[in-house]
Amino acid sequence: MAVVKLRKGYDLRLKGGVSDNSVTPVESRMCAVIPDDFRGLIPRLDVKEGDTVKKGDLLCHDRQFTEIAVTSPVSGIVREIRRGERRKVEAVIIEKSDNDEVRTFDVSGEIKSVLLESGLWACITQRPYAVIPNPNIEPRDIFVTAFDSAPLAPDFSVILEGKDAYVQRGIDVLASLTSGSVYVGVRNGFPMNIKNAKVNIFEGAHPAGNAGIQAANIKPVNKGETVWMLDLVTVARIGELFATGVVPFDTVVAVTGSQVRAPQYVKCVMGSSIADITDGNIAENENLRIISGNVLTGDIVDKTGYLRFPYRQVTVIDEIDNPGEFMGWASLSTKKFSVYRSFFSWLFPKKSVALDAKLNGSERAIVMSGEYDRMLPMDIYGEFLIKSILAFDIEKMEQLGIYEVAPEDFALCEFVDTSKLELQRIVREGLDRLRKEME
Amino acid sequence: MNKLRKYIDKIKPDFMPGGKFAKLQSVFEGFETFLFTPDTTRKTGVHVHDSIDLKRTMITVVIALIPALLFGMFNVGYQHYMAVGLEGSVLDKFLYGLAAMLPSIVVSYAVGLGIEFIAAQIKGHEIQEGFLVSGILIPMICPINTPVWMIAVATAFAVIFAKEVFGGTGMNIWNVALVARAVLFFGYPSKMSGDSVFVATEPVLGLGKGTVVDGFSGATPLGQVATATGDSLNITDVIGNPVTLWDSFVGLIPGSVGEVSTLCILIGGVILLFTGIASWKVMLSVFAGGFVMGSVCHAFATSLYPASMLTATEQICYGGFAFAAVFMATDPVTGARTETGKYIYGFLVGVFAILIRVYNGGYPEGAMLAVLLMNTFAPLIDYCVVQANVRRRLNRVKNK
Repeated sequence: MAVVKLRKGYDLRLKGGVSDNSVTPVESRMCAVIPDDFRGLIPRLDVKEGDTVKKGDLLCHDRQFTEIAVTSPVSGIVREIRRGERRKVEAVIIEKSDNDEVRTFDVSGEIKSVLLESGLWACITQRPYAVIPNPNIEPRDIFVTAFDSAPLAPDFSVILEGKDAYVQRGIDVLASLTSGSVYVGVRNGFPMNIKNAKVNIFEGAHPAGNAGIQAANIKPVNKGETVWMLDLVTVARIGELFATGVVPFDTVVAVTGSQVRAPQYVKCVMGSSIADITDGNIAENENLRIISGNVLTGDIVDKTGYLRFPYRQVTVIDEIDNPGEFMGWASLSTKKFSVYRSFFSWLFPKKSVALDAKLNGSERAIVMSGEYDRMLPMDIYGEFLIKSILAFDIEKMEQLGIYEVAPEDFALCEFVDTSKLELQRIVREGLDRLRKEME
Repeated sequence: MNKLRKYIDKIKPDFMPGGKFAKLQSVFEGFETFLFTPDTTRKTGVHVHDSIDLKRTMITVVIALIPALLFGMFNVGYQHYMAVGLEGSVLDKFLYGLAAMLPSIVVSYAVGLGIEFIAAQIKGHEIQEGFLVSGILIPMICPINTPVWMIAVATAFAVIFAKEVFGGTGMNIWNVALVARAVLFFGYPSKMSGDSVFVATEPVLGLGKGTVVDGFSGATPLGQVATATGDSLNITDVIGNPVTLWDSFVGLIPGSVGEVSTLCILIGGVILLFTGIASWKVMLSVFAGGFVMGSVCHAFATSLYPASMLTATEQICYGGFAFAAVFMATDPVTGARTETGKYIYGFLVGVFAILIRVYNGGYPEGAMLAVLLMNTFAPLIDYCVVQANVRRRLNRVKNK
């Protein structure tokens, strides 16, 4: 086991972390599958409103790679197919029925096609482009992260309680899909003894838990290569599928954030309704932001929304906690949080803070230098890469390492950015456009 | 605050497109965001943001400049009172300096911000904060006797041709304040060097009346060095007493307002480094470069180049070196932007500042030119550093 020390990055201490590892089960009548969660997927529906589906049944597949499937997390009736602009499928909403019918998979078949059919393939991402893996390309290596370092993120040991055998089975399955290695990045003190994979201990702050960051520090992705990234929770699901023939769609969700009354772990089905997950547990305040995921990379959902990929965290914060703040830029308050010491929050470095969603400034040209560098533990010049993406200079993007990054890697850079640029959006759009050009 | 907020909300429609004062939209928005932090949120991307913004960054730099500014004002009075042979309290001297300095500050800000407002309106942008710092820097790096119209001309030139034509704050190639000084330096050389520009000899607003004493010379230490002959240097203050290294470190010597006190500049430097606004890599490297080059020059001291007789420490304490190191070279926009590049950039600024000082008889001070020169080369330094990264990436593929 090698130890990799990452010196860059930052652990944002937010209020509202879960302190109690007990898990409360939650039943949700409605579940949704949101095609946008699976990056790169252009959905073609296989069900229509009113259809009855079993747990594990096909809901939609990708238009380009028709074998990539997205499956139903529950058995029930398709209640609504929500469409947006240009009839884009925004969500497939399924009402759970009382009889729990489950589709079993014949796991003795080809491993790849079982994975594709089960819908778990869509929970893996690849580099380059940070999208669902192309089924026609064998990955050079597979990188698995065994922890989530994001603010208030759930502890994987809670989610994976009693699933050691499934984890190992999943690793074995993945190992058979690559001629390279499966790399598992863990925190010091990781309890499981994983075989058939190369385990590395990662020390350092967020984003140390991003599989992409781990890959960049072990064996970076080069042009022309493809690697896969996934988390250990998905590995356990894959293992369970191959051990039992049934896809496990249950998940443990950390309900966190300053506006959650009692932060807790909740056990539910992927895609459950947010209202059920947070029922009675969030502050009575209209002015809230409910995020499915963490504060850095999550998606906004409203109270009538559904749990989004990767189905393990909900964060609730204030939208704006002090509207119309007078001369906020001149504030001497110790409550204004900053990683810079020009605000006085540095006086209390250990204190957990409650942040709202305010931008705290306006967008500007890039002025400060080195901001991205200190938050991006990769051998990549973040600012130069961002500029090449904005200019969409493909040659430069390639030279500067576009194939190694995902939007999430830039989340902390976006958080500290004095110029308030939308870095994740810039990277996402750059990757999507590049993929279109190259494929 | 509520009343103010309500008032602003009431007059806001007049300044929006179609309103009576639509031409002042940028100015209005500038003031509105200055008074009230905008309640903007985003629907995508990170959900929480650091409190820092460009306003805070710039104001931190201004705060870091204040010790040097206040001491500079006092020193203007101190030099004047000495020159006219008057006794005066610290307050008298400070007030004299304040009165002498204020017109330059007002003019610099009025001209620079005026142009910024107009440029922002033309481009339909928000007003950017860069000039908050440049506006105070310009009067601080000019001799106290610079006529205000010259400051206005130089400021206008620098803001328009060194900044706005490139796209505004964040886009400029050369440090705006130094371009303003360079315009004055090359356009009006007689007003920017010599022995009659660095010490105010006229009374201001009735303060400090008196006649200049016999034997007065207003040359800065570096000015005296440049014209020195013989094998030893004999640096004196305005009335002929010898200047010690301590005097020059504290700042009781003639010179541009902000540059005299190495001590106060270092206090500002500590503020910038502690808050993380300026890069310690640049700052340290400039001092290191200056010290190394100063030592080399001193090791080969010759009366042919009198400045080579100064020790490295004297080089750093005299003239604008420390000011350039702390406030000019650390400008992130015009300096090197890669972490490795910052060491190279800073070191070369230090080296060139001393090199120009010592071996170019025409320019007694080299800090300004060194920073402007390295501003020009900063993109090249970054290019080389980034190319090394690119090559590493390519080699990874080759060595597979």
